[in-house]
Parts: sequence; structure tokens; C-alpha cells
Amino acid sequence: MFVPGNNPAMMQDAFIYGPDSIMLDLEDSVTMTEKDAARLLVHNALKTIDYGKTEMVVRVNPLNTPYGKKDVEAVVKAGVHVIRMPKTETADEIRELEAEIEKWETELGCLGRTQIMAAIESTLGVINAYEIATASKRMMGIALGAEDYCANLKAQRTPEGMELLQARQTIVVAARAAGIDALDTVYSNLNDMETFRKEVELIKTLGFDGKSIINPRQIEIVNEVFAPTEKAIEKAKTIIAAIKEAEKRGSGVIAVNGKMVDRPVVIRAQRTIDLAIASGILTQEELS
Amino acid sequence: MEIKNASAGTLESGDILIQIGPSDHDGVQINLNSTVAYQFGEQIKKVISQTLSELGVTNVEVNATDKGALDCTIKARVTAAAVRATGHDVWA
Amino acid sequence: MNSIKNRAALIAEAAKKMNKEVYNDSQVKKIITPRHELQRQSSKVVSLEEAIKKSGLKDGMTISFHHHFRGGDKVINMVVDKLAQMGFKNLHLASSSLIDVHEPLIEHIRNGVITQISTSGLRGKLANEISHGLMKEPVVFRSHGSRGYAIKSGELHIDVAFLGASSSDPLGNAAGFSTSENAKSICGSLGYALPDAKYADHTIILTDDLVDYPNQHNAISEADVEFVVVVDSVGDSSKISSGAIRDTKNPRDILLAKQAAKVVMNSGYFQNGFSLQTGSGGASLAVTKYLRQGMIDKGIKASFALGGITSHMVKLHQEGLIDRLIDVQSFDKVAAESLMNDSKHKSVSANEYAAMLEPGSATHYLDVVILSALEVDVNFNVNVLVGSDGIIRGAIGGHPDTAADSALSVIVCPLLRGRIPCVVDEVTTLITPGSNVDVVVTEYGIAVNPNRPEIKERLVAAGLNIVDIKDLAAKAHSIIGNPAPLPFGDKVVGIVLNRDGSVQDVIKNIVE
Repeated sequence: MFVPGNNPAMMQDAFIYGPDSIMLDLEDSVTMTEKDAARLLVHNALKTIDYGKTEMVVRVNPLNTPYGKKDVEAVVKAGVHVIRMPKTETADEIRELEAEIEKWETELGCLGRTQIMAAIESTLGVINAYEIATASKRMMGIALGAEDYCANLKAQRTPEGMELLQARQTIVVAARAAGIDALDTVYSNLNDMETFRKEVELIKTLGFDGKSIINPRQIEIVNEVFAPTEKAIEKAKTIIAAIKEAEKRGSGVIAVNGKMVDRPVVIRAQRTIDLAIASGILTQEELS
Repeated sequence: MEIKNASAGTLESGDILIQIGPSDHDGVQINLNSTVAYQFGEQIKKVISQTLSELGVTNVEVNATDKGALDCTIKARVTAAAVRATGHDVWA
Repeated sequence: MNSIKNRAALIAEAAKKMNKEVYNDSQVKKIITPRHELQRQSSKVVSLEEAIKKSGLKDGMTISFHHHFRGGDKVINMVVDKLAQMGFKNLHLASSSLIDVHEPLIEHIRNGVITQISTSGLRGKLANEISHGLMKEPVVFRSHGSRGYAIKSGELHIDVAFLGASSSDPLGNAAGFSTSENAKSICGSLGYALPDAKYADHTIILTDDLVDYPNQHNAISEADVEFVVVVDSVGDSSKISSGAIRDTKNPRDILLAKQAAKVVMNSGYFQNGFSLQTGSGGASLAVTKYLRQGMIDKGIKASFALGGITSHMVKLHQEGLIDRLIDVQSFDKVAAESLMNDSKHKSVSANEYAAMLEPGSATHYLDVVILSALEVDVNFNVNVLVGSDGIIRGAIGGHPDTAADSALSVIVCPLLRGRIPCVVDEVTTLITPGSNVDVVVTEYGIAVNPNRPEIKERLVAAGLNIVDIKDLAAKAHSIIGNPAPLPFGDKVVGIVLNRDGSVQDVIKNIVE
């Protein structure tokens, strides 16, 4: 969930709605004259507020602006989980960010703590998606930023989203090839929940791992759409139980109902369980 | 340290507006207006003076208008106002 | 012969025995004025000043009002201005509640026109001044149910009631709406005004629409009315649903409302024929929206909804999900209009709504109530009257009545309002005792009163996030820090009565 980095009340409250991840924004939602103040606010919030198990992401300003490097310093020092690089076009930009992160992590003695998410918001970025996704071992995901991408593509955004199809598919394919997450762009019309739901259904079909949102009211729909069916959860639980059983026996061979289970099936089962937990259908306790 | 007039923060709920200016008096003078003055007035003043003292800022007058900000927000706003007033940033 | 003349002696004898006069036909004169004209000449229709004079109001007496127009009320200020002008002093003002709009009372208190107040609530600058010690005598606070009963029992004796009505005929048949084409205002139910109309020594109706006799669907009957005063406006209906009862877009209120709906649906009381009430406050009102879906999904219908009736409730009623609406106060225009037009939507007087000692009180037959709170403490005690800064800013309303009488009471409140904690170690003022509070819903988890282990079990089984209320208080502390003690003085500015009439708590003044 995107939260403007210069709004203390929203930063304080975001956690209660139970998003999987909170992204405090220092870039587009903060005016040039408030970049310094927002940076301090985000730094202090990350250090002080108890966000529980929520993954904390900060979108920094591009490194070629006067703000980017200070943003990285401030959030690495505050212990952020993930830095989101906006408008990423090449793998070099990720490597430059990595070098900045490492500089501060070395000083703090916590090398390797911070992960990177790259937002792809241009045609060049889409072309380079796989290189970006594999530019650093810190890469945890790539995300589409549709507004800038569409402007660059010289196409209009439509409710159906045909104009985004190739970018979305390229990003999912690149993310899968790199073994990281693929995250979709925001939908900003809060009064049209029906179109929002259709868009979430579409990106789930395309293979995305999640959707960026701008308001807590959107969380429920994302969880509903991404929630696996009861049947799928039961099947997944059986498979996971079989794995544990096999591990106990020290055997590498997994069988359910007498049939061998392939690795992709195991991976999908684990993903079903993860989604069920993320959607609030299943609790950790129920699993164990 | 030369101090200019500067401010940071907003009057939104959960935020605090900090205005810093030079003062002829020694130390830090704080004028606080808060929606939670009864319960947190002293605590807010303490956070403001502590933050300024950590930054080495003295001889200033602070006008603070608080709308129920948490300590971490107050600290961030005071720091931002002080950085703007002194021109010395806290980042490398 | 057995003519009336022959029986004259017997008639005289019977009259003497019964201590009565003998009928004299020559004294009877038929009135021949056309009746439509006649009702216009009703001696009950007088000016406000005349009504006050003829009522026999004297210094030191008790006057009463209702607050059905909430923020739009014009009657209280108009009448008290007039009383001040006429030189009255030392009056006891007993209103069903007082809100921001009654700020001009401050001057009348300073000038000694009003020296005593009984009410359910106080808000705005008036409340602030009183909290700082404006009045010599403490304000007496009662719940809606106990105010109704106190008026009936004579504990709260009303000399003159000034009751605003959106329509009245010249004889005093009055209603909170008007079906005439000159209708100027609408407030719906007159529930809080009904005990006053019935039990006050003198009842004066103020109306902005004098309609032809008979004014049908009248809530107040001519038999209880002494005078009818026509005024330009009794209230601004558009301001009824402002403030405490607005519809919410706040995501936190929506989150709380959804959680509360889940609590109700899994409580064991969500059964066909259940009854329901929601209190004021964005989140508790919004619960209805989310219960609706549950009712449709599970095919459950409610027998009645009670209390402050909202447009959400009306919608459910019209969809057939709620059979009847029992309305002590219409919370918005849609509700007020429904009361006017729908025979299954009826109004109820304050004591038949929620009095503890009235056997037929509707609250006795209430399954579920959803209420808001300014503060809840670790013993489940609730405060809805005094802010965490020690300043009066709310109303008791029907809170303690419905919490006590319902089978399940659910409090919906955020853990924090800005830097103000709502779950605390001890409430600033005790309004609803914790023994009557079953579940507290916050954005950081749901706490269940240890008195109700079966409810806790059901909610845990439903997968809801059940927490210890002490952990909620600790969580609030960890986020906001420890508040300093409030600067209370030694003067008592308010007395809170329990619904059984006993004194439950006092409110001390705040010193700057």
C-alpha cells in the first residue's frame, strides 16, 4: 500500500489495515520543497513505529536528483526492509543503488540487510526487464508503474488495460525467470471498485504476485481475488504435510495418495498456502 | 551558529508545525499550542528541546502548533526546521 | 305521568346526593361559526410571550425542551432569549440534550436566567465553559431512559415544557413532520418530547406549520397541550444528520464497522427474528451496512431495529430485512420521512424506549446493540460524556440503557484518536459500567469481557483477532507515551446519575 511520506497520520495508521507491505513514498507524492522534511519523517517513523510483521518499503527519489542519495542514507540507517527504485531503465541503475546501500550498510555493520525492488515505468525499462531483475542478489521484485509507462508509450490508459498487456507480461516473465516477485501498478479511481476488481482478476490471471494499492479500501478486494479456493488449500496442505513426512524419513521422494509429486507441484502448493495466509483465510497455527 | 527564520510541518491532524527563529535570550524558548496540551504539553516541550540540543542549536525561539503528533513526528519536524534554519543537513 | 317536570324533584335530590348542579338548558348557546373558521379562532393559539405569561411560569421553575433538531434546533435559544427579555431568573433548564448550537445559553447562565441544568449531554463552547466552572450548581446528567422515567415519576418535575413541532393544528395535535404543502421542517420522531408533553404541568407547542384540524399521525395529543405558538422556524432539518451521526468514508471507521459486523454475525445472537440497535458515531452507524450483506447471505431477518433510526436502517426495512422500526429519534431526513409514511415505522417515547423500571421498555427486548465510546477502560467501563482532556464533550444518550438491557453490547472505538487513547486504565468519567459491556472492537484487536466466555469462544472459532483488553491499553501507551494527569479542580460541575436513579459519578472542573 502506497502511503505519502509527508503525512504522519497516514504513516501511523497504515499498519492497521493489514497490507502485506507498506510503501512510504518520498518521490511523486512529496513536493520538491518538502523532500527534506519527508525524509526525516520517514526515517523517524521507521525507527519508532511498530509495524509488526508488515514488510516496510520506501520509494526513494532517483539517484540523479539532489534527493536520491540522502534518501538511501536515511532509510538504510532506519533499517528499511526494501528500497524501491523508481523509473528504473537499466541494470546499471540498480548496481549504483546497491553501491549506495552497501556504503551505509558497511558503516552500520549490517551488510546485506536491505533488499531492492525496481519500478519499471518506461518502454526502455520493459525492454531491459530481465537484466534489471537480475542486476543484484538484493532484488526481491519488479513492479510496473503504468502512468509514466503509458506517457512514454504514447498510449492512453483504458479500463481494459490492453495498452499495458505487453509490459505486464514482460514483467511477469522477467520476474519468474529471475525468481523474484512481480507486482502490478496502482489503480487510482477509488469510486470504481468494479473496474478495480476486474483489473485485479486480470493481473492474477497474468501471473502477478500482488497489486499496488493507494487506499485501505482496496485491500479487501485484492485479498478476495488472490485468495485460493478451499479445495486448493486442502490439496496444498496435504502436499505440504507429505513433504514434512518425507523430510522426517530423510527421503527425497514425495508421494501423495501413492503418486509421486513433482517439484513444480510442491512450489505451487507452497504458494497456495502463502496466499491463504496473506488473505487471512489460514493462520500459521492452523497449518502446524 | 547563524539562525534564520524557518518552519517545518503542517496543521494536519497527527502533525505539528514548528517555527524556529533567532532569539536574544539564552537557551531555547518554546511557545506551545497543542490539542493535547493537558496530557502531553510537557512531553512535547521535552522532545523539542532534546532534539535541538542534540543538533547543537541554542538561543532560538520555537513556536509549535501541535495537532496530536507522536514523539517521532515531533522529532522529525523539529530536525527539519532546524536544518532549514541553520543550513546544516544531518545527512552526509 | 312521568315527564321530566314530574322527575324534577328526584333530579334535584340525585344532584344533591352527588354534590352536583342541576342542568340548566337556558345557559347553553350553540356556536354557529363554520368549523373551519372556528378552529382558526382557537384560544390556544397565542404568541410566545402570551403563552409564557398564561402558563404561570415563575422564577425558580423548571422548563423543558427536546433536541430532535440536534444542530439545527432553534427553539431553545428562541425561548430562553424571550424568557431573559421578560426578566425571568433562576430557571432550571431540563433539555433532553444540549449541543454546540446552544452556545448562547452561556450568557443566560452568566446573567442568572438559567441557574440549573439537567440534560443527557453537553457539547461545544457551552460544555467547555461549564467544565471550567461556569455554573454554581452542577449539571445533572441522565440517560434518555432514566430522564423519561424521572419525568413520569415526578423526580424531575417539569413546570412548563416548550416543545418544537414541525406541524400542529390549532388545538395542539403535533408531529415531528408535516404532510401539508407548507411544511417547513421535519425531525421525525418526537420520542424525547413525549414524557414532557404528558407529564409537564403546562405544555406549549411551538410550530412552523399550523395545519388544519385534525393533524393526523400526531405524536403529541391536544389533550396534553395548553398553547400553540406559531414561529418562523423551529429548526433546520438539514443539520440533523451532522456532527455525531454523519455517514463515514474514513477507512478506519469502515474497518471497525466491518469487524463489529463480524462480531455480531458470529456472536450466537445472529438468528432469525433478532433485534438490533446502533448508536451514534460513524463506525457504529456503518455497521448496519455490513450486517446487511450477512443477513442476505444467511437468509436472516430482524424483527425490529430500535433507537436512533438512520437511512441505513430504513433501507434494510424496505428491503424486508427488518420487519419493524421503533424510533425514539430520527437520525436523518430519510428516517424522518419513513416515519411519516410507513405504518411499520413507529415512534416511541423515551421511557417506553429505555427506562429501566418501565416493564415494556423496548430495550428489554433488544438482542444486539452497537455503541461508540470516547473511552473504555481495562474493566470495560465506558465513558461517552467527558473527553480525555477532562472537558465535557458528549452525551450519555441511551448508552447505559441499551448496554444494560441488551443480550449483547458491542462497543466500537479506535484505540487512538490522534494522540488521545481510547482504551485506558480508568475512564475519566463512569457512564456505562463494565458489567454491561460485552465486546470492545478496536483496529488493534477485539476484547471480550471475561463475564462472557461463551462469546469469546465463538469469536475465536470464527477466526477473529481476540486480544486482552489490558494489552490494548498497553499498546496505546507504547504508541503515544504516558499522558500527564489532568488539571482537575475541587469543584463538582456535573453529576452522573445511574439509570436506577442513584448517583454514579461526579465530574470535577478543569483548571487552566
